[in-house]
Amino acid sequence: MRESALGGFQGTWIVARREIRDQLRDWRILTPIILLTLFFPVLMNFTAQQAVDFVSRYGAALIGERLVPFLLMVVGFFPISISLVIALESFAGERERLSIEPLLATPLSDLQLYAGKLIASLAMPLFAAYLGIFVYLLGLALRMQWYPSFQLLMQVLLLTTAQAVVMVTGAVVISSQTTSVRAANLLASFLIIPISQLIIGESVIMFWGRYSVLWWIVFGLFLIAGVLGRMGIRLFNREELLGREIDALNPRWVWGEFWTAFRGEARSPAAWFRAVITRSLPRAWVPVAIVAGTLAAGFAIGWFMAQRFTLPADLLDLDRLGSGLLKEMLRFGLMSGRGWAFILVNNIRALLLATLLGVFSFGVVSLILLMTPMAIIGYFSGNMALAGHDTIRFLLALVIPHAVAEVPAMLIAGAAILQLGLAVLGLSHGKTLSQNWLAALGEWARLSVGLVLPLLVLAALLEVFVTPRVALALLTGS
Amino acid sequence: MKPLIETRDLSKHFDQLQAVEGLTFAVQPGEVLALLGPNGAGKTTTIRMLASILQPTRGEARVAGYDVVRQPREVRRSIGLLTEHHGLYTRMQAEEYLLFFGRAYGLTEAETRRRARMLMLRYGLQGEERRRLGEFSRGMRQKLALARALLHDPPVLLLDEPTSAMDPASAKVVRESIRSLRSAKRAIIVCTHNLTEAEAIADRIAIIRRGRLVAEGSPNALKRAMLGEPIMELRLACPLNGVLQHMPPGIELVETGNDWLRYRTDAPEEDNPRVLAAMARARLPVVTLSEVDRTLEEVYLQVVEGDEGAVDA
Repeated sequence: MRESALGGFQGTWIVARREIRDQLRDWRILTPIILLTLFFPVLMNFTAQQAVDFVSRYGAALIGERLVPFLLMVVGFFPISISLVIALESFAGERERLSIEPLLATPLSDLQLYAGKLIASLAMPLFAAYLGIFVYLLGLALRMQWYPSFQLLMQVLLLTTAQAVVMVTGAVVISSQTTSVRAANLLASFLIIPISQLIIGESVIMFWGRYSVLWWIVFGLFLIAGVLGRMGIRLFNREELLGREIDALNPRWVWGEFWTAFRGEARSPAAWFRAVITRSLPRAWVPVAIVAGTLAAGFAIGWFMAQRFTLPADLLDLDRLGSGLLKEMLRFGLMSGRGWAFILVNNIRALLLATLLGVFSFGVVSLILLMTPMAIIGYFSGNMALAGHDTIRFLLALVIPHAVAEVPAMLIAGAAILQLGLAVLGLSHGKTLSQNWLAALGEWARLSVGLVLPLLVLAALLEVFVTPRVALALLTGS
Repeated sequence: MKPLIETRDLSKHFDQLQAVEGLTFAVQPGEVLALLGPNGAGKTTTIRMLASILQPTRGEARVAGYDVVRQPREVRRSIGLLTEHHGLYTRMQAEEYLLFFGRAYGLTEAETRRRARMLMLRYGLQGEERRRLGEFSRGMRQKLALARALLHDPPVLLLDEPTSAMDPASAKVVRESIRSLRSAKRAIIVCTHNLTEAEAIADRIAIIRRGRLVAEGSPNALKRAMLGEPIMELRLACPLNGVLQHMPPGIELVETGNDWLRYRTDAPEEDNPRVLAAMARARLPVVTLSEVDRTLEEVYLQVVEGDEGAVDA
């Protein structure tokens, strides 16, 4: 009987109910929620009315029309911003006050505790947001006889919900890396900054009137919430919560973890390189396949974009380049050591940037960056085909000679970045988030130093000294 | 009888730190084991492993017959944990707090209310049911935390500093409560820095240093192992002049004063009557014959500060 009493949602609800009751007793949470629920929407009503009246006087009624739905989104967003504070308080705060240990000693599972706290962090702010939206819409209906379309209402409600879920699930991940609310608040900027950027983006979209884009944002947000939720479930466990003191930065430990992963068990550079080829590379075959698919997709996107944004055919006539091609090549520094250094540094810089962005986006942004040159090549190839030129000749002359080294470098680099970006999602047993990440950073460095860098050196050499000669031979016959 | 708590080679490492290393011990039903050791010795980590909160790096532990790694829910249901820091929710009322934990342990509301009232009465908290925990004194909070640990009537109790922050009267209530809980066939582990308390309530003492068990046994056995055989003190109503010649053979004198002497004996039940008989024959007036009081603190300091290997007494 005891089993069933604690099973499933009931255990979750026990935790959630206690936390919600606790929030209802805290004036620091209640006061802003009441203000944002009842007074803020009324203020927004007034603002909307004034703005619409003002812009209508100058014949810019459109601005007013776009402002009203934008304010609807704002009315929903302000109360949910409190969910971040509540979540940090619920997860990091309870850990800091040491009230979590008695809770961890109960038969409730990690998942029940996590879900209970998640629901509690979301319930009040979302209720306040929905109520605020209702008050705002009621005011609009009474004062301006303005009613939202069903689609807009659904979009705003879903956006509000998705943003709240992202903030709360993100707060759990943040809290798992701290033992104090102060540290959690400092780390919260990792959430606040992207969410602020998102709100600005949503505002632009709403003023632009491209409401269909909001569906993609809703989809993206729920996807991110899913990823963060999965991370949270993995990180919110008894071992992580009480087993580690993680606020102090220990550079020696960080270096030790990284170096162990980077060096592996090798005792000489030759053994290390052999291990990179025989162990690291085979381990990365799944991300390599994903990157290969992405690069192919980039090429295909570029190819199809050529049909939409077609270049004039005469611009693509390679035969007209004639003897001028050599002059142009020399002007760009090709066939010189200076050109080689420039290309190599540029490629390394691009990969470092892709790595940096990949770390903060689970590798997604880096994939997009890697797709870009392939999309450009695809775009030109598509245009070549449309203009009736020989695409294969174009690729053979200007791309393939150095692509034989550059594409493998991109594949391996992309795979290493993807592994690094996704390291926070796939926790190994008995390892912390930071241990996992440092191990992935070590693996990234192994692949980068052992394979990507030599391939980039070779690719730059080919691009500067071989490709121009092949191009001259194929395009001008010289 | 099967032990309610049993560990074998229990170890826990945090990265490079060996918090607990190779602990092997057992606690029988109706037994109180005091876990002693300096701060950072590994007591709390051991308690957390026994409560299935932390997973051992090596070794195994069974609590109430359940494996702490494979059956964590059953283990948690079988233990009452009093944490080092009471960890109460200060905005909650006392009864509401106990009701929350009762539900978390799967008790019905009626059962929780009944047990909550009984425990609050036992610890002198009756009449405080509706009071916010933030208004409780430290001692009251500690008592309520103890009530929380006992709410689901667990067979195993893990108590970390149960009387810290309590006034002497409250501490006495709690100590008596622990004794009565022992008689109800529970297995109890008490972590404490209060050595007098440990000696008063524990059947056995286990001393941990740097994660390793360095001494284990009953308080008397530990004293005997660490400080040697008991020392008896004989006080006379006259100076010692010439007394020593009347002492029976085989008695090892340790110290003498003007009207007293001390001797070591491994068999006081045989040696003491012989000494008294010798004094009587010599017509020497005996005031007292008693065992010299040796505190657990002496044992503890010797074990903790010394470099000796493990002592199993």
